[in-house]
Amino acid sequence: MNRSLTREQTTTILQGILCLVLFVVLLQVWLLTATMNAWMGGDDSVLWPAAAASAVCAFLNFGLLRYLNRLAV
Amino acid sequence: MNDAANPGTVAPNGLPMNEQPAWRRDFPIDWPQDHFVARRDFTRFLVLTSLPFALVQVAVGVLNWMRRDRRKPTSKPIAALADIPIGGATTFCYPEKHDPCLLLRPDENTLMAYSQKCTHLGCAVTPNVDKNCLYCPCHKGFFAADTGRPVSGPARRPLPRILLENRDGVVHAVGVEVNAT
Repeated sequence: MNRSLTREQTTTILQGILCLVLFVVLLQVWLLTATMNAWMGGDDSVLWPAAAASAVCAFLNFGLLRYLNRLAV
Repeated sequence: MNDAANPGTVAPNGLPMNEQPAWRRDFPIDWPQDHFVARRDFTRFLVLTSLPFALVQVAVGVLNWMRRDRRKPTSKPIAALADIPIGGATTFCYPEKHDPCLLLRPDENTLMAYSQKCTHLGCAVTPNVDKNCLYCPCHKGFFAADTGRPVSGPARRPLPRILLENRDGVVHAVGVEVNAT
């Protein structure tokens, strides 16, 4: 895709994407933990908003992965 | 830094390939490239873990929706009011036969019922009407008898309250009130 990018530049972009993906996955872990805690306590009002937020996180991660796959190695 | 014979290959010490030892010339490893590939693969692995998290969240929502109909308890007679001693307690099962509950009668006009399963790890709580509390002997948890809320010990959630109705001198359980806070 971007043949003008040097390898150092693509590595820097990769590290940024890696940090973002890691942050989003940690956010999903927290979402799942908080959701299970609320659900087991009888509060089911957060289930679908949390599921929607987690799905958005997954789509964001796949978007980042798609961009990553387009980067020249 | 790149060697003419191995374009793109960079040795860890940065020297050209003709100045490298023989073993490195035989097995040239491009470390920057290796780092790039390793981090890219780790990123892919993280993204793959992201999908199961979202699927589990949706599965929990679907499971909750499927259980919603099963959670509608029916009315069930527990005991005649005259048979419940004042200042005492009795046990019953509600809504299913594997759901033990406690019925408390601290005074003549007050009836309270809670699930007997401790919200920590499910041990059976025992009543102490004199001290106005319910006690879990497994991990020394105490719940307030008038609200079901945990007052000490490891439990963080209150005991589910059983809704009661007095119909012509017979106490009926009519529902379960689960409070998360």
